[in-house]
Amino acid sequence: MIGNSDRHRPLYAILSLLLMLGLWQMLSLALHSPALPGPGRVATVFWQATRSGELPYHLTMTLRRLLISFAIAMPLGCGIGIWLGRNRNIDAFFDNWLVIFLNIPALVTIILCYVWFGLVEWAAILAVVINKLPNVIVTIREGARSLDKDLLEMAQSYRFGKRKTFVHVIWPQLHPFVMTATRSGLALIWKIILVVELLGRSNGMGYQLHLFFQLFDVASLLAYTFAFVAVIQLLELLILKPMDRKAQRWRR
Amino acid sequence: MAAVSGIHIDIRDKTYRTASHVHQAIAGLELHIGRNQFVCMVGPSGCGKTTLLNIIAGLDQQFQGRIGIDGAGQRLHIGYVFQNPRLLPWHTVRRNIELAFPGPPPTALIDELLDVMQLRTAQHHYPERLSLGMQRRVAIIRAFAVNPDLLLLDEPFVSLDAPTARQIRALLYALWRQRPHTVLFVTHDLREAIALADRLIFLSSEPMRVLADIPVDIPRDRRDSSSEIETFRQHLLSDYGIINSHL
Repeated sequence: MIGNSDRHRPLYAILSLLLMLGLWQMLSLALHSPALPGPGRVATVFWQATRSGELPYHLTMTLRRLLISFAIAMPLGCGIGIWLGRNRNIDAFFDNWLVIFLNIPALVTIILCYVWFGLVEWAAILAVVINKLPNVIVTIREGARSLDKDLLEMAQSYRFGKRKTFVHVIWPQLHPFVMTATRSGLALIWKIILVVELLGRSNGMGYQLHLFFQLFDVASLLAYTFAFVAVIQLLELLILKPMDRKAQRWRR
Repeated sequence: MAAVSGIHIDIRDKTYRTASHVHQAIAGLELHIGRNQFVCMVGPSGCGKTTLLNIIAGLDQQFQGRIGIDGAGQRLHIGYVFQNPRLLPWHTVRRNIELAFPGPPPTALIDELLDVMQLRTAQHHYPERLSLGMQRRVAIIRAFAVNPDLLLLDEPFVSLDAPTARQIRALLYALWRQRPHTVLFVTHDLREAIALADRLIFLSSEPMRVLADIPVDIPRDRRDSSSEIETFRQHLLSDYGIINSHL
């Protein structure tokens, strides 16, 4: 009998992936069309693109843009979010701005950035940051609003001071919100960054996908996609999950 | 060690104002607390005792009046045991105590206090894994360890079962005998107050003011006897009708 325990989790994961590969293989055999190459063909293309250095180069360019825009948007968003969350009047004043920025379609910001600043690297980064920032602010603001007043009073009566209060009282309470903003932020940036590259850059995953689209090269398209998904999974597994575990160890 | 000779509390008015209504919590409360005195404040629940402690601790600045130290202009150094333990859940017991110090924490003193409160084995645990009674003991150690000019205790034994409350009360008392501090202890338990205090202050319901200020003259070494305390209590209740109506 198959138990429902954690011990079987990796086994299930492998089985379910194998099932997906099997279905894909059957479908591609049945259709027998260049529009859906089988897993073997995609793996070959992946291997060739990796050996030629083309795939790693474009993937690196995209990852670089991701890291830079993430490194700008997160601290800035956290700062503004905490500021708004702790000051009710300022929050009320800027609330409309946030709502407007949250609702501007990503494509509009990207086009405007390119029109105003030209097809340059920093305009691309700026477009990503502008798209990501309001999300971070809203999430962190929620956290800053719900800070425990009892603990803040305790810190005040024991004269913690600003720095100590932030590090030991405020930041640990914001941590779950920061993790949420990080996860949803990464997912958002991935999607936007490809459009940014497609519209105005001459390298990166978005640029390559556009090229494959024009050539109807579905095998390359899928090979790049899987490389992409694998990188996200690695980020989650190697960076985000351990961060979560470390921060949650005090919970009952 | 800070040489604080006494603390003067003078609150002329403390009023809460919200959009819909206004109510006065404290009206004309004046007290002088002598050095190393153990003062118990007794009053009906909801009479504004926590408000008073928050004003004294400097957490609430919205009032008319002044909290002063005799002969000095410096701010009071305060240890505050809140009604709930208020420990940082993401730090261990020991770290919670250490964080109360502005500089390097005194290792030997913390070890000693952990021993007295029987928490040495739990020092590396996180607060949420401890019972409420243990968490309260940590909060008491934290307040004691910083060697405050004034120790504020806001019903620290509320919602504990009687034997646990008695045990922690005895530990607290032992600590105080060992290193005397000026203590303001808020409670609504008259027996507890008589057992601990040099002086009892009875407070009225809102707006709060002082109803009676009575020294407790039972010698310290006879406070263990419940008959002494009961006699004193009966005596209080018959002599001061005003207290009777409140308790």
